Amino acid sequence: MDGFNLSQPVTPVPRARHRVIRTRYFSARFNGRVLLMAGLTLMLLTVVAVWAMTLGSYHIAFLDVVKAAIGDGSPDQELIVRNLRLPRVVSAMFIGASLAMSGAIFQGLVRNALVSPDIIGIETGAALAAVFWIVTSQVQALLPFAAFVGAIVTATLIYVLSWKGGISPSRLILVGIGVGATLNAAITLMIVRFPIEIVRPAVVWQMGSLYGSTWSDVRMLAIGFAILTPVAIVLTWPLRTMQLGDDVTRGLGMPLERTRLGLIVVGCGLCAIATALAGPIGFVALMVPHMARMIAGPLSGSVMAFSAVLGACFLLVADIIAQHFLPVALPTGVVTAAVGAPYFLLLLYRYNTRI
Amino acid sequence: MQSVQPAQPLARVEGAGVAWRSLGLLFGLAAVIVVGLLSLRIGSIDISTRDAWDALFNYNSDIYNQTVVRTLRLPRTVIALAVGAALAIAGTTMQGVTRNPLADPSILGVSSGATFAVVTVTYYLHLSAPSQYVWFAFAGALAASLLVFAIGSTGNDGASPIKLALAGVVLSAFLGSWTSALLLLDENTLDTVRFWLAGSVVGRDLSTFWTLSPFLIGGSVVLLFLGHQLNVLDLGEDSARALGMQTGRIRLICSVLVVIVVGSAVSIAGPIAFVGLATPHIVRSIIGPDYRWVLPYSALAGALLLTVADISGRVLLRPAEIQVGIMTALVGAPFLIYLARRTVMERG
Repeated sequence: MDGFNLSQPVTPVPRARHRVIRTRYFSARFNGRVLLMAGLTLMLLTVVAVWAMTLGSYHIAFLDVVKAAIGDGSPDQELIVRNLRLPRVVSAMFIGASLAMSGAIFQGLVRNALVSPDIIGIETGAALAAVFWIVTSQVQALLPFAAFVGAIVTATLIYVLSWKGGISPSRLILVGIGVGATLNAAITLMIVRFPIEIVRPAVVWQMGSLYGSTWSDVRMLAIGFAILTPVAIVLTWPLRTMQLGDDVTRGLGMPLERTRLGLIVVGCGLCAIATALAGPIGFVALMVPHMARMIAGPLSGSVMAFSAVLGACFLLVADIIAQHFLPVALPTGVVTAAVGAPYFLLLLYRYNTRI
Repeated sequence: MQSVQPAQPLARVEGAGVAWRSLGLLFGLAAVIVVGLLSLRIGSIDISTRDAWDALFNYNSDIYNQTVVRTLRLPRTVIALAVGAALAIAGTTMQGVTRNPLADPSILGVSSGATFAVVTVTYYLHLSAPSQYVWFAFAGALAASLLVFAIGSTGNDGASPIKLALAGVVLSAFLGSWTSALLLLDENTLDTVRFWLAGSVVGRDLSTFWTLSPFLIGGSVVLLFLGHQLNVLDLGEDSARALGMQTGRIRLICSVLVVIVVGSAVSIAGPIAFVGLATPHIVRSIIGPDYRWVLPYSALAGALLLTVADISGRVLLRPAEIQVGIMTALVGAPFLIYLARRTVMERG
């Protein structure tokens, strides 16, 4: 596990100039360079988002999209942009950002850059709940809640099963894989037992797609995001300390297991809201935090924010490709897997040769 | 206080062990026969032992029950026994070769490779019967597992448990997403393949089984005789080399055989998880670490396990069935969790 230590920068980073804010109650330190990069990426993200909304069977010019979005365009353009394309673009960004932060938290927690919430079974939990919801024909509108509950219950289960006087990272991974396999068997059972017409939407959901996002989805995402993101960024500070190892962390007087529990809750929450609305989209949580660290240096609050922006960018682009640039429109999850799996293998290969 | 006994001569201990262990093997064989007969009897219609016996040795095609046994239950029983034994042997060998208690062929992407191949050919060539796509499944299984093994074992420290498991999971996820993309495009493919995907021994005729049996049975039998080599490998790389073993070559031979055996098992029965993982652990806890005994015991235990899983899948939701692959995963995955909790893994 030593070789995966995240506190080691991948490339030598020039000594960062930190801005410090001090008040009576708290002080915070920012990495100005990374925040600048995050800002630039955010601008790029905006441009890509507007561009995404120009695409489709009804082409709308770049400036017209902007006009329509702020309510100054022709009625049909406004309808298309504001009711159809904008929700999808916005939820892609929220979901990408949530998954990226969730991945960054888990990679920090287990001190292993090769781990993400989708590998250790949390998304499978959401999928099981959603598939159950679909095949038993429950109220469609409550599907996200079911998926959310599934993810949280699974995360709790994994946590409890990995607990043995503390949480060992490698035990967490293996238990997660085991729980994932059990839940997958349950999903397969349902897929085999129900008639094909009912099963098909469940299979579609399992792929992870942003198709048919609505404003109510966006609202739910935004609420979850607004609650969890500040916590995630604040908890990055103890997470950074935890990179030094369990013993050192304890020695520094930090309540290790309590902090770890808090981080797991936030990481699962972020993963759960994203999965609840879009289905299990793989590899975003794995790739993006790693890319962020490669570009911006070791994990910190600023890098966490940068991860979020980068994740939003990544998923938006993946969704654009899935929607417009393939011979048939495929679910977004297929595109992220197509990019993500080779990236993961490359990562594995590089870590191996470096050890 | 007891006085310290001088160590007993090794040969005598072994002699006593051999007698007991051989007796155990015979006992296991008897258990396999009993379970096999039960598997002929139990199902959506109950069949008397007499009918089952007659169907085997005194077949009369006019009696309905005997026809059921001969055409439906006999193939699935034979396949369950053979596939269970083969998977267990392969799992044991895998754990011996990698010196990794968590090595299991299903973790190494064999199943997802086979699945991907089956779905692809079903989609493009519109195949529908297991006998038509066994060879594609076989090829897919071989390719995927070799890939996982190659990726997971690069670097100086070889194939560590975590690296292999992660490489396998990720390759499975990758192939899985493309598999489901294909399934999404075509409902017919989904309907054909979903039962295969669950891992099942139903509806395969014996001729499908016989075409692949040279690989399945042949490979397993060769592996059965490699127990001595596994024992030496178990001492560690350096000791094995010092004893004059060409470790690289043995590892390669064993891995290739495992992949062939598991590939053919998956092609016949679909992805059946965790038999290969759980069986060796159960067996080792009974008869100790000597691979010369672990291998044959595993074969019997695996055959028992899979057949019992198949029978219980028939009984639980009667008259409907739960596919045997689902049964083994539901039982086996918690076993993986148990192992993860028990084993201390410092090396990541």
